[in-house]
Amino acid sequence: MSAQTWTYLLVGVTFFIYIIIAIISRAGSTKEFYVAGGGVNPIANGMATAADWMSAASFLSMAGLIAFMGYSGGQYLMGWTGGYVLLALLLAPYLRKFGKFTVPDFIGERYYSKNARLVALICALFISFTYVVGQMKGVGVAFARFLNVPFDTGVLIGIGIVFFYAVLGGMKGITYTQVAQFCVLIFAFTVPAIFISLQMTGNPIPQLGFGSKGTDGVYLLEKLNQISMDLGFDAYTSINKENLINMFFITAALMFGTAGLPHVIVRFFTVPRVKDARISAGWALLFIAILYTTAPAVAVFARTNLINTLSETQYSDVPGWFTNWEKTGLLSFEDKNEDGKIQYVADTTLNELTVDRDIIVLANPEIANLPPWVIGLVVAGGLAAALSTAAGLLLVISTSISHDLLKNYLRPNISEKGELYAARVAIAVAVVAAGLAGMNPPGFVAQVVALAFGLAASSFFPAIILGIFDKRMNREGAISGMITGIVFTASYILHFKPQLGGSGLPEDFWWGISPEGIGTLGMFINFIVAISISRFTAPPPLEVLELTERIRTPRGSENPDAIPH
Amino acid sequence: MSKNSTTYWKTNLKYLGILLCIWFIVSFVFGILLAETLNQFQIGGFPLGFWFAHQGSIYSFVILIFVYVYLMNKLDKKFDVDEI
Repeated sequence: MSAQTWTYLLVGVTFFIYIIIAIISRAGSTKEFYVAGGGVNPIANGMATAADWMSAASFLSMAGLIAFMGYSGGQYLMGWTGGYVLLALLLAPYLRKFGKFTVPDFIGERYYSKNARLVALICALFISFTYVVGQMKGVGVAFARFLNVPFDTGVLIGIGIVFFYAVLGGMKGITYTQVAQFCVLIFAFTVPAIFISLQMTGNPIPQLGFGSKGTDGVYLLEKLNQISMDLGFDAYTSINKENLINMFFITAALMFGTAGLPHVIVRFFTVPRVKDARISAGWALLFIAILYTTAPAVAVFARTNLINTLSETQYSDVPGWFTNWEKTGLLSFEDKNEDGKIQYVADTTLNELTVDRDIIVLANPEIANLPPWVIGLVVAGGLAAALSTAAGLLLVISTSISHDLLKNYLRPNISEKGELYAARVAIAVAVVAAGLAGMNPPGFVAQVVALAFGLAASSFFPAIILGIFDKRMNREGAISGMITGIVFTASYILHFKPQLGGSGLPEDFWWGISPEGIGTLGMFINFIVAISISRFTAPPPLEVLELTERIRTPRGSENPDAIPH
Repeated sequence: MSKNSTTYWKTNLKYLGILLCIWFIVSFVFGILLAETLNQFQIGGFPLGFWFAHQGSIYSFVILIFVYVYLMNKLDKKFDVDEI
């Protein structure tokens, strides 16, 4: 069977499984719709969180990004995993004990203010929507390239699938499909990596393989450093000293941002007990770590293979995959010195090969000559990653509208049935809106996705942490902190991102911090403003002090409202 | 606030302090600030600083969470605030 047939088959089978699961796990109440009834097993929740977390970008783009960045790519590896330590230790158990449905719920009640809830609601909607549009675009690209359908049709198929299981099952349906999607994506990511590791180093574990000796008895990384330097690139493992402060800030912004993203936090409301919320964060990170420790190995294998296969090769002798990818425009060759060979070098005036970093994961099985079913598997995995993240984000959007806006702000008297109906309508509208935006994305969407982390770090993270760990923190402090943090971060980003129309130049970055890392500074500003202002204004009322006291111990999590307040 | 719950909370904060120090050291210190120095050492084929940034920090994060869970479950029992 050809790779094309395998792709149709594997994508078809996995989609069929998702739909079956969705039908079995329909939601009957708002609690099931928002937090899957609060009865999800912690290991299952860990898998669902991992699938929710690992988007099309983690699956398709990250290894390629690292392959071209070398050591500095570690900022994504550390940044997108380290936040789970913060989640597990500082947020998840307390928010689970608090026991409501959303982040704005917590902000609104802890800061006894409808305005605080509204600020949180707007932040949550903005962060989630920009993020989900990127996922829809990812679905469209994957379909377009592998199933030979037009891009818009690809997005439409994606909308259809997500629409079906998100509207029907809410969080319950999403959680159990995410468990299946996790299995598909992790299998699809690790299988090619194991094959390639075996081929190149004889070690079946990629995490060890890329630190082993190659078939010629030289350490793989040493060889890669050598061939990179021969072509004028920096050695793969060498450290870019001028960039260290920026790397520090970007890593921190990604970590604190992770811990402030609403679609991640809400997953910890779905488990039965505080204890389960803690362990569930551990499982989630373990499952995420499988992909995140394999990705840097894939990066090294792919980079080495790419250079070995193509450098100084006669253009007439290139392998078939090269020609296939050339057609997509993601790989191009321009024979500048007209010697008929490919010169791949750091000097841009002499370099003749342009490689889009996004093709690394997708082309890797072909570059390594793996069987055609592996290629189909990678496509199914990429789609699972994009769909699971999109569904989780869409749920946050719909919950924000039906629960935070409608039930708690506009129409408090709405019935349970009415709220569930509103939640379904909201998610349906959100799916379609995100799909339409994904078909015709504003140019800055891809930029904004990375920046969503900075915004989450500078707004939610301090407000939640202070709400738990600082009893004296009050409404005035938290609201002014959130607003200064997010306004500062957004202004810096807008000023220094030419893609967003900013006029700032990289030379003028404060302490060399790029817009991706500025959320860290925004977060510190938020903390300082919030703490100072709270000390000069009235302390929070007694019942809020009792709430803070109550969320600090696990007992009583089964029924948070039973304790008088 | 009773004396018991103050001690419970203080012990919790102590655990958090220690674990978050390790969290900071394995990633920001070993993986970034001291990576250059650590790269002079090798484990297998990996320069050490590079290994922390691409592998070691992530393994440490996973271990940190499981250690935290173990410590807190024990603490909850000791202070009789655990769940059924």
